[in-house]
Amino acid sequence: MAKLTMVQAINLALHQEMKKDEDVVVLGEDVGVDGGVFRVTDGLIDEFGEERVMDTPLAESGIAGFAIGMALYGLKPVAEIQFSGFAYIAFHQMEAHAARLRGRSGGRFTVPMVLRMPYGGGVRALEHHSESREAYWAHTPGLKTVIPSTPRNARSLLVSAIRDPDPVIFYEPKASYRAFKEEVPDEEETFPIGESQIVREGDDLTVIAYGAMMRPTLEAADKLKEDDGIDCEVIDLLTISPLDDAKFTKSAQKTGRILVVHEAPRSFGPGAEIITRLVEKSFVYLEAPVRRVTGYDVVIPLYQREFDYLPGVDRIVSAARETLDFKA
Amino acid sequence: MPRKKIDLKYDIDYLSILDKDGEVDSDLEPDIDDDRLLDLHRAMLLGRRFDERMLKLQRSGKIGTFAPIHGQEASQLGAVACLEEEDWLVPSFRETAAEIWRGKAMENVLLAYAGFNEGAHVPKGVNNLPVSVPVGTQALHAVGIGYAMKLKGKKEVAMVFFGDGATSEGDVHEAMNFAGVFQTPTVFICQNNHWAISIKRSHQTRSETIAQKALAYGMPGIQADGNDALAVYAAAKEAVDRARAGDGPTFIECVTYRMSVHTTADDPKRYRSDEEVEKWKERDPIDRFQKYLKDKDLLSDDAIEALESEIKDEIKAAVKGWEKRMAELTDKTGMFDNVFAEMPPYLAEQKEAFEKTLSS
Ligand SMILES: Cc1ncc(C[n+]2csc(CCOP(=O)(O)OP(=O)(O)O)c2C)c(N)n1
Ligand SMILES: [Mg+2]
Repeated sequence: MAKLTMVQAINLALHQEMKKDEDVVVLGEDVGVDGGVFRVTDGLIDEFGEERVMDTPLAESGIAGFAIGMALYGLKPVAEIQFSGFAYIAFHQMEAHAARLRGRSGGRFTVPMVLRMPYGGGVRALEHHSESREAYWAHTPGLKTVIPSTPRNARSLLVSAIRDPDPVIFYEPKASYRAFKEEVPDEEETFPIGESQIVREGDDLTVIAYGAMMRPTLEAADKLKEDDGIDCEVIDLLTISPLDDAKFTKSAQKTGRILVVHEAPRSFGPGAEIITRLVEKSFVYLEAPVRRVTGYDVVIPLYQREFDYLPGVDRIVSAARETLDFKA
Repeated sequence: MPRKKIDLKYDIDYLSILDKDGEVDSDLEPDIDDDRLLDLHRAMLLGRRFDERMLKLQRSGKIGTFAPIHGQEASQLGAVACLEEEDWLVPSFRETAAEIWRGKAMENVLLAYAGFNEGAHVPKGVNNLPVSVPVGTQALHAVGIGYAMKLKGKKEVAMVFFGDGATSEGDVHEAMNFAGVFQTPTVFICQNNHWAISIKRSHQTRSETIAQKALAYGMPGIQADGNDALAVYAAAKEAVDRARAGDGPTFIECVTYRMSVHTTADDPKRYRSDEEVEKWKERDPIDRFQKYLKDKDLLSDDAIEALESEIKDEIKAAVKGWEKRMAELTDKTGMFDNVFAEMPPYLAEQKEAFEKTLSS
């Protein structure tokens, strides 16, 4: 058991899986000698060599397509895209082939790969380094989209993603990479893909969030308790797709009031799907309009204004209060 | 004969005019008037000093991440010096000196790196695209722009910059292929600075030169000493003239070196040796060019000193201007502007909700 940052925890998962299974290979831009621009793959090349830890040419479509080929042959590639903002060139390979080959070949061919990438704002970066566009991936049939929120669940989810028989998009909240540490057990730990987690129980309001938004969401829940005596039930989605709607629809039946938080742009974002499921499955229990606290429908601005775009504690608290105050 | 060597239309030349000690090959010396030479020198020096200033500003937290140009002054300025105002500059993210040559205000450069979107805004009528961060993607734009120039019967040129790493991206190859097929007035400038973050040039492609990639797309390619302002200028002039005359695209590989960090978020000690960097110091593009200008009696130590102090003042004034601009930029709603020509109702609602969060 050691206290690790998310970067260290992901690194631990990669180390242990590579050690355990020689079919696991790591590839991407600067993942070898440099250990990744965020040091997520630090030390892997020393331990496993450059045949299993590949510094690739600068080509995202190449990385994705090459990884698909390796996966088709039976390897388990864990490919890194340096920032999610550069993954769109890889999107075509993932959508056209990774997501479809199982179906197209009637199960003869499968693509057990992971495409990891840091996403999200709040780190004073350049353009294209701060966005949150998980909806593109989640909207794609045949791809799983996972977004951890803490060192421990990042580690266990990545292990599960590597072992998953299907392609997994692993979206890492870079704002949480080094923001805090958590105890992570040395021994192997997995967490099922497709399952959300109730991280705080309460009867008054259900708040659904994931990734980097978990921290302001939990802080807002503390504040609502302290200032207003409100008990929030907070659900960490962990997997965006396939979406686990069992826990939040059940929670809605208890609280009747729902808030969804994400930093992705509002329109057609994950919140839209979550709320539709609620309306489909828990409609009669809802006591107030379901609210969203999200990024705006704009490109996230450069760093002077990025916190104007990103949902913060204040926006979450005031939306929660409005939801709680609603009377039909 | 069933098997023989195929004669291709183009060969790949290497061009060097000033050697590493600044001695000129007078047979190859391009015809550039004295004022232009001095302008070029001034821009190189300013590019270097401004870069140094930005690094200090970054290290003290006043600006965010940026990509230094140190060592690449000749390879970008020698090229843009061949453009006319109506031509188009399509930069990547490491052409700050070229952008300044083309009229971008230093205070805007600072503003953008200090995290204000306003810094990237381009004044009406100016033909310089904003910085393009996604590697290599902008190459295709320079081909489309070139095609449009041709269609409109204009004798204009689009010049695009990218790095050695970018030549691995499909977009760059698609751009070169389109340029060849449509014979567009496009000049491709590849600043081969030997590194793409931690990936060395030899690991990026097995090609002996990057310039030879031009052959596959049916366009002339040339490798120039990128730390030799005259060689870059001469190669670029030939390419720009060719494009303007309607004779199609050219690919130029400028062999240079990234003397500094990749960006300020990078630590090159993890992947390259100090000795390698030291070796390239001897090939400094500014030292060489100054030697040449002194030999031509266009420059003296006194003149350099005076110029240094003039540049210092200019940078100081830009920093002042930038600080003033930052203080004036109080409107936080800019992110909602220019999403579309007209703001749709849902966005207007979001803007209003955002304004409410500001007042509460
Ligand atoms: C499409 C894309 N992938 C990855 C990155 C991250 N990145 C920024 S610069 C860079 C290396 C670029 O190398 P090169 O083309 O040689 O240009 P240089 O930085 O040396 O000027 C990388 C990988 C990016 N900006 N865009
Ligand atoms: Mg380079």
